Amino acid sequence: MYQLLKQIVKTGIVSEPAPLPDDALRALEQRLGQVILKHFGRALAIRHVDAGSCNGCELEIHAMNSPYYNLEGLGIKFVASPRHADMLLVTGPVSRNMETALKRTWEATPDPKLVVAIGDCGCTGGIFGESYASCGRVSNVIPVDVAVPGCPPTPVAILQGILTAITPGR
Amino acid sequence: MSKAFEELGLDATPLAGAMPAFCVSIPAGELRGICEQARARKARLVALWGSDETPRRAGYALHLALGFPSGLLWLSVPLSREDPHYPGIADIYASANRMQRAAADLLGIIPSVDADRRKWLRHGAWPEGAFPLRKTVEAAARFAQGPDRYPFIPVEGEGVHEIPVGPVHAGTIEPGHFRFSIVGEKILRLEERLGYKHKGIEKRFEQMTLEEGAKLAGRVSGDSTVAYAWAYAMAVEGATGTEPPPRALALRGILLELERIANHLGDLGYLGNDVALSFGFFQFWRLKEDLLRTHAQLFGHRYLMDAIVPGGVAKDLPRGAGESLTAHLERIEREVAALKSIYDEHAGAQDRFIMTGQVTPALAERMGLTGLAGRASGIARDLRVDYAIPPYQQLDPRAASHTRGDVAARVAVRFDEVFESMRLVQALVQQLPPGDIRAPLAAAAAGARGVGWIEGWRGEVLIALETAAANRIHRLHPHDPSWQNWPLLEHAVHGNIVPDFPLINKSFNLSYSGVDL
Repeated sequence: MYQLLKQIVKTGIVSEPAPLPDDALRALEQRLGQVILKHFGRALAIRHVDAGSCNGCELEIHAMNSPYYNLEGLGIKFVASPRHADMLLVTGPVSRNMETALKRTWEATPDPKLVVAIGDCGCTGGIFGESYASCGRVSNVIPVDVAVPGCPPTPVAILQGILTAITPGR
Repeated sequence: MSKAFEELGLDATPLAGAMPAFCVSIPAGELRGICEQARARKARLVALWGSDETPRRAGYALHLALGFPSGLLWLSVPLSREDPHYPGIADIYASANRMQRAAADLLGIIPSVDADRRKWLRHGAWPEGAFPLRKTVEAAARFAQGPDRYPFIPVEGEGVHEIPVGPVHAGTIEPGHFRFSIVGEKILRLEERLGYKHKGIEKRFEQMTLEEGAKLAGRVSGDSTVAYAWAYAMAVEGATGTEPPPRALALRGILLELERIANHLGDLGYLGNDVALSFGFFQFWRLKEDLLRTHAQLFGHRYLMDAIVPGGVAKDLPRGAGESLTAHLERIEREVAALKSIYDEHAGAQDRFIMTGQVTPALAERMGLTGLAGRASGIARDLRVDYAIPPYQQLDPRAASHTRGDVAARVAVRFDEVFESMRLVQALVQQLPPGDIRAPLAAAAAGARGVGWIEGWRGEVLIALETAAANRIHRLHPHDPSWQNWPLLEHAVHGNIVPDFPLINKSFNLSYSGVDL
C-alpha cells in the first residue's frame, strides 16, 4: 500500500488543458438549443459504437481516458448503454453486418442526441470505401453532427470534436 | 540434398523471402493423410483459406499454412469448378472449424467431412448461394440485406438461462456477440458469434497494386499495424525478389518491439482496471501515452502506421534520436518494474488473477492456442526465437514462458515481454547499421507467391500473397492469431463467474477486425 501511495504522490497531476471547439468539424448545423447544450456541456454521457473500424480509432478513444486528458473533469463520461447516452461516438466504415445494430443503437438513444463520427473511415469510408460488405461513411446510415478526420485522430482531435458538438455553432 | 518435407511424401518448392517457407500442390484425396501426419509431427495449423482460380481456366483452391520447425509449408489443394468440395480437417486441427466456414461463405468451397457447416462471416449482407470473393462478383456489388438467423447451440436444464451480449458492447470494444448459458453466476457455456466487422478486406486487396496494398495491410487490425505492415512487406519482397537494406530491417525490429511494449502497457492497465485497481489503469496509460507521443515525435505516427513499406521503411530514425529513445525506455522500464511489484503484492488483484480463466497446457496443445496466450499456457513458441532472421539473429531473443494458463500467467507474460522488448530495442538502437532505409521494389511476375510471417504482440501474423499481372494482387490472405485463440476463450470461461468474463476476455485481448476481415 505504501508503494502504491508513493507512486500516486510521485506522479502528481498530469492533466493537460482541453482543446477549443472547431466549427470546421461540423457536418450539420448545431441543432440543439442553448438550454440543452448548457446541460450537455456539464454532464455529457457518451456511448461508443464501433461500426466496423480497424480498432485504431478505439485505441485513441481509450487513450483519451488516460490521465492526460482528464475527461471526467470536463463532465464527460462513457456509459454502458445507448439508453443512458446523449451522444454516440461512432467509428469505422459501417460494415453491412453492423448496419442494423448501429441503427438500433441510434434509435435506442433518447432525443435530443448528438452523433460524432470518428476517423477517416467514419468521415468518408476511408481505405475500405463502399462495397458488398461496407456502407462507407457513418452519415450513410445515421445523421452525423460532427465528423473528426484522422487515421486515427489523436485524443485531442476527438475531444475537440466532442466539444464542438456540444458548443453553440455560428 | 534431401527433398523438403520428404518425410510427408512431398517435394515442396522453397519460396523466396526472409522466412523459411515452402509450397506444394496436393490432390484433395491426400489432404487428410498429410494433415494427420503433420499433426503427429507436432506441426501446427497457421492458416486456412480459399481462392478462386477460374480466371486461370481452373476451378477453386483450398490453401493451408502449416508451421514446422523447418519453416512454413503452404499446401494448395485444387478443387473443381463444378464441385468444389474437399475433405474437412476440423477434427484433426480444431482451429480449422471457423476458417473452413469463412472460406465456404466467401468462396463456396465446402468441407465434406465436417460436422459444423453453419455460416460464419455471412450475416445478412449477402444471401446464401452468393460468394463475394469469387472473381465474377464485383467488389461494388450490393445484395439486398437479408435476415440473419444463426443457430446457436442451446443449453437446457433446470435453472439454466442465457445472457446474450453484443454486438454493441458496454465498453469501448470492437463488436461481437457472446451467448452465455449460465446457472446462477456460473458460466456453463459460452458461444461466440463474430463477423460483424466484415468489411471486405480481402476483396479490397484484389483491387490494389502491390504498393497500394501496404496501407490496407496496416489497417487489418489497427493495434497490430506494424506486424501486418512488416508481414505484408515481407510477402511482397519475397514475391518480387526485393532485398530490404539491413538498416531498414533493424528499424523494423525497433518498430515491432515498440508496438509490443505499447500494447502490453495498455493491457496491463486495463487488467488492473478490470479488478477494480484503477490506479493501475491510470499509471500504465500515462506510460503508454508517453510512449505514443515519443512514437509520433520520432516516426511521425502515434501507432507507427505506414512506417514500414515494401522495400524498407518510410522514415529513418532522426539523428541523435536513438539515445533519447533509449533514455525514455529506461525511464519507462523503471516505472514498470515499480508497478510490477505493486501488482505482485496487491492481494485483491492477485486473488482475481490467479486461477481465473485457465487454459491448461494440454488443452492449449490440443486446440492450437498460439502467441502470447499460448506462451502463458506452456506453448513456448515465438517466431523471433524459432526462426532467427535479421534483425533478431544476433540479439538472442528470449521467449516468455509460463504454464499455469490463467489470467495471472497472461499478465506475467506481458511483464516479461515488456522488459525483453525494451532490451531488444536498446540493442537494436546501439547496433543500428548505416546505409539506405529503402530498396526499390522489383517488378513481380504474375502468379508469384510470397509469405510474410511475423510475431506480432498478440501472436503470429501471416500474409500469404499471390500476384496477378501488372504488379497487382491476385489473392491475399491476412491471418491473425485470434482465429486460433478465440475458440479457447470459450473454454477458458468454463466454471468461472460472469463478472470475471471481462477480465478473462481482456487477458486474451483478441482482435475482432483481424478475423472478421
